[in-house]
Amino acid sequence: MAYSNKVLDHYNHPRNVGSLDKNDAQVGTGMVGAPECGDVMKLQIKVNPETGIIDDAKFKTFGCGSAIASSSLATEWLKGKTVDEALAIKNTDIVSELALPPVKIHCSVLAEDAIKAAINDYKVKQGAAPLLQAH
Amino acid sequence: MKPIYFDNHATTQLDPRVLQAMLPYFTEHFGNAASRNHAYGWEAEEAVEKSRRQIASLIGANAKEIVFTSGATESNNLAIKGVAEMYAEKGNHIITAATEHKAVLDTCKHLEKKGCRVTYLPVMGDGRIDLDMLRGAITDQTILISIMYANNEIGVVQPVAEIGKMAKERGVLFHTDAVQAVGKIPVNVIADQVDLLSVTAHKMYGPKGVGALYVRRKAPRVQLTAQMDGGGHERGMRSGTLNVPGIVGLGEACAIAQAEMPEESQRLRGMRDRLRARLEAALDEVFINGSMEHRLPHNLNMSFAYVEGESLLMGIDDIAVSSGSACTSATLEPSYVLKALGLGDDMAHTSIRFGLGRFNTEAEIDYVADKMIAVVTKLRELSPLYEMVKEGIDLSKVQWTAH
Repeated sequence: MAYSNKVLDHYNHPRNVGSLDKNDAQVGTGMVGAPECGDVMKLQIKVNPETGIIDDAKFKTFGCGSAIASSSLATEWLKGKTVDEALAIKNTDIVSELALPPVKIHCSVLAEDAIKAAINDYKVKQGAAPLLQAH
Repeated sequence: MKPIYFDNHATTQLDPRVLQAMLPYFTEHFGNAASRNHAYGWEAEEAVEKSRRQIASLIGANAKEIVFTSGATESNNLAIKGVAEMYAEKGNHIITAATEHKAVLDTCKHLEKKGCRVTYLPVMGDGRIDLDMLRGAITDQTILISIMYANNEIGVVQPVAEIGKMAKERGVLFHTDAVQAVGKIPVNVIADQVDLLSVTAHKMYGPKGVGALYVRRKAPRVQLTAQMDGGGHERGMRSGTLNVPGIVGLGEACAIAQAEMPEESQRLRGMRDRLRARLEAALDEVFINGSMEHRLPHNLNMSFAYVEGESLLMGIDDIAVSSGSACTSATLEPSYVLKALGLGDDMAHTSIRFGLGRFNTEAEIDYVADKMIAVVTKLRELSPLYEMVKEGIDLSKVQWTAH
């Protein structure tokens, strides 16, 4: 299978790899997927309490190159956005940015789910009502 | 630079000596081996008969017991369907194993639709069949046991001689798909009591598109219903003008394999063991799939836990290997062979098959080991699963989000 240059770039130079303190009240953690499906994404955001802006985002992904690239791209996009802006990120945006083929669309869906799960975790920690889960 | 080729279970590079032997049969000796009344036919026939002797010599058979085919898929089809049709009055039950190649499994599935009953034996954790289970599966309706000699993914060698003995005792025919074994380890149809045996040229440094089926002529004399009708070539078992250059190549490949096997298998085993030792020394949580004791000398199949197979292949794109991961196959299912060993989908997703061959070098082994270690280490830094395991979390207890 041929990978797009953008997928290769994220695979070879993944952005924002790592972990944030999941017990920090300002950190939201989303973990989606399952090992037997071949994809697990962990995505974390850290929200600045004063500005409401996502200051930092980290990821770790077990999955194919497209899954790694989707989550790496997601962390790039998350940084500097407000939580509400982050919720507007759609899997189709990831598909077009990375030029994912149809068989890899599920990687982008997983990344969108990870973003939503991380935001949900953050909101619950902040005492807000949980988001309705699409999946 | 072309990738280093470590996928010799898929196919092998044609040996230049084989090519040299084949070349005259494309041009000056172009005759039809079935032409009985002129020199062109005679020299083609002579070349075909020489090849028959070379193949027979490698597997301990008589040259008259070799039937040429287009490859092992055809040999397997001819053996299994040919027996099922020929012996339909005797019974309709076939026994095979879950880890067979699709050319055997799908042939059996086809026969099930035609009224045959097929038992698919499970394998033990080491990849071998349980002989007691085989014994228990044989009924008075059983006409054929088809169990491969060595597996194409995990290289595990089945207890072929024991199966042959059991089949003989119960009066059941025994077919073995031996494409991965012939030319690599000693195979002898007398000692193993095999009745039908499939081989192909391209897995042993010969050309693609040519293979053979060994069909026992004595004790018992095996009969087959032809699956290809026509001019009655190959004692009526396989019609079609013989692929003389290909057949010459198959014969030459067998002769070279026979002469060089002791040295070559030792060299490949040494290289394979070196690769394994280096990977195991540098990486934790790596697992061998299948028996190491009963295994082809040039095969290594390992799972690199917490690293997904396709991302691993992406990182080693200058090495040609294959993975048991779903993402590399069209079916979206991880390897059924690894699953038959009892591996979970998660471990099957992390497996890599290394198939060494005649043209690989020690330097390539070291390059592959270095590269594998670097890429696995990098991907584990990226792996949430590896992180969780290092934190002491039991992954089997985690509530994963179904997808």
